[in-house]
Amino acid sequence: MDLSYTDEQRLLRESANNLLAARAQKPGATDLWKEMADMGWLALPLPEADGGLGQGIVDVAIVTEAMGRHRARSNYVAGVVLAGGLVAALGNDAQRAALLPGLADGSSRLALAHAEEGARYNLAHVAATAKKNGAGFALDGRKIAVLGGDAADRFIVSARISGGARDTGGIALFVVARDAKGVTVDGHATVDGAGAARVKLAGVEVGADALLSDNSFAAIQHAYDRATAAFCSELVGLMEAATAATIDYTKIRVQFGKPLAVNQTLRHRMADMSIACEEARSMALRAAMHADDQDARARGRAVAGAWAKVSRAARFVAEQAIQLHGGMGVTNELEIGGYLKRVVALDAIVGGPDLHLRRHAALSALAA
Amino acid sequence: MDLTFTPDERAFQQEVRAFLKEKLTPDLARAHHLTPSVFSDPPVGVRWQKILHAQGWAAPLWPKEYGGTGWSLAQRYIWEIESAAAGAPAVTPMGLRMVGPVIMKFGTQAQKDFYLPRMLKAEDYWCQGYSEPGSGSDLASLKTRAVRDGDHYVVNGSKIWTTHAHNANMMFALVRTSDEPKKQDGISFILIDMKTPGISVRPILTIGGDHETNQVFFDDVRVPVENRVGAEGQGWSYGKYLLEFERGGGMTSGRLRAILADIEKLANVYRDGDKPLAATESFALRRSQAEIDIDALEMTELRIMSSLQSGQNPGSVSSSLAKLRNSEIKQSLTALAVDVLGQDGLYWEGHRPLYEMNAEPDIPEEALTALPEYLNSRAYTIFGGTSEVQRDIIAKVVIGM
Repeated sequence: MDLSYTDEQRLLRESANNLLAARAQKPGATDLWKEMADMGWLALPLPEADGGLGQGIVDVAIVTEAMGRHRARSNYVAGVVLAGGLVAALGNDAQRAALLPGLADGSSRLALAHAEEGARYNLAHVAATAKKNGAGFALDGRKIAVLGGDAADRFIVSARISGGARDTGGIALFVVARDAKGVTVDGHATVDGAGAARVKLAGVEVGADALLSDNSFAAIQHAYDRATAAFCSELVGLMEAATAATIDYTKIRVQFGKPLAVNQTLRHRMADMSIACEEARSMALRAAMHADDQDARARGRAVAGAWAKVSRAARFVAEQAIQLHGGMGVTNELEIGGYLKRVVALDAIVGGPDLHLRRHAALSALAA
Repeated sequence: MDLTFTPDERAFQQEVRAFLKEKLTPDLARAHHLTPSVFSDPPVGVRWQKILHAQGWAAPLWPKEYGGTGWSLAQRYIWEIESAAAGAPAVTPMGLRMVGPVIMKFGTQAQKDFYLPRMLKAEDYWCQGYSEPGSGSDLASLKTRAVRDGDHYVVNGSKIWTTHAHNANMMFALVRTSDEPKKQDGISFILIDMKTPGISVRPILTIGGDHETNQVFFDDVRVPVENRVGAEGQGWSYGKYLLEFERGGGMTSGRLRAILADIEKLANVYRDGDKPLAATESFALRRSQAEIDIDALEMTELRIMSSLQSGQNPGSVSSSLAKLRNSEIKQSLTALAVDVLGQDGLYWEGHRPLYEMNAEPDIPEEALTALPEYLNSRAYTIFGGTSEVQRDIIAKVVIGM
């Protein structure tokens, strides 16, 4: 047992915070994805053999925490942990060599097209189909909430080769080029500004070499657990920034002849926000350390428990940050509302705290 | 950054389990389980501490030079988790955890040489003289007065909420030795022999029906000046230092996890129709919520401990935060236990101790503590500084004004 960061991890944290803090002063002036590639962050969790740095979720979480703190909204986790992680876990040598070096250096963008209408976060819910088509397959279906799908040049698409709509068996993953015939990409804005797409597949023909795996459920679940752990740390950075901004504001805002921050009701609220930050940091760290547990139940319990705690805490902090900023908190003129928007987006992506509490309870019953 | 145990740490875990299997006798574990008050009953806690001392394990939080264990973070964690899970009594904190660190840091060599070894061996039983009838949250307004008379202080006044004053032979107390413009000044930290003439103790029964706490009266009680710890008039800073240890710096989450495991057992005893209550969704969700809260506290306590050397003070924000969350989770667990009882939550057992009953109870023995524990645990968010005071402390630091 060891709860200290290595020197390399401390350096990573420092450089991530420095770069993103500077960037927050001039938003939009630079290409964030290119900067992340230059810093090696895209390569961080990818295998060393494929142009990556071979690091774990604890390292990714250091980057996402800095992103949360400095409002760098991107589809970083969706690109490298979800899509990239699945290629790394399931791809053969040729597939990994074709896809991962480009992802690591920023020249290629991958997006996971998995969620569908009616799935409600059931990761086995795949209605899209893959039918044998000569040596290859023909894909049909509709995907929603494809994170970064608006900017991706390739999709990792889940489609069913056998079984019923929610069976865990028979789920295959394919690599599909954005410009393949029959692919329609409907990019849309997202509440947090990160961007996503709806993707329609109509008789999309792919070769046998596009198949990553015909039995992908366990890997998809693991990828979502790793991503959720990384999102927990993003929320920690976000919560600490929102709390700090609120404290600063209540110290300078004068009403009834005194700063807001002298009122005990507000002081206790900010104490509760600080406590929420500490608890969230603890759970995010715990989730990151469990994110690659081989025991899927232990891993799922740690991640579901962390999300149940962290996302609820983040919602509390982001909403109270607006409340304590008063009317200004509701406007687009301050950045405060942006924190809540990202919390809403992440809950929409992985499901809210109640869902994860139920998952924790279900996994605990299995363990008993 | 790694939560898994090394081979050495796993070997230590086996050593701890073997020790507990041999030394934690069923009657000790039963007495612990059937104690609904906040602290272990003194005979139970002292018996366990003497067993621990024989093993050299009485003071995991002390530095090695004073007889501490010199354990690593992982070893302290393993010890807390394993001993709590096995149902070991908690060692009473007033000596080892509270006054011990103060004597170590601010005491004279003679005080260290005399009191610390006796504390390790449980030869003294300590109680804490802090609160007064007129000084609760506003502790610095305390009025118990110690007036210098030659080589003695003459103490007059009263202390309240004094846990185990009726069992203790020693008290550490904050007393006023002078009147200064600032109420925190003029307070001194003294050690009082409870057998000194002029001391009387009045029991106060809790709402759970337990005699744990008392009011103590001082009527011209003569205390040798050599029993003062540190400088005269500086007692407030020593007292605050002690409160950090009272509130934080340990692994309270291990105890909470053991309580949750007991509640789960109880939920398998009680039924809802044809299935155990434990199999219902409403229980499963509350159980998970409690476990997640405990996980968060455990990880926070591990983070605090890993940033400290043994014997160091935890700092005010960390200790207030740990105290707040521990007390809130403890209360929610005791409420869950009472809910598990259903109609048996009506049943009142007034006899004490519950581990020495004259007749078989009408409800399962393991259900007896739920109701008094729930009631008694309302004290958790009040003693050691109320939750409101803890939030004041945290706010002052994080807001910086």
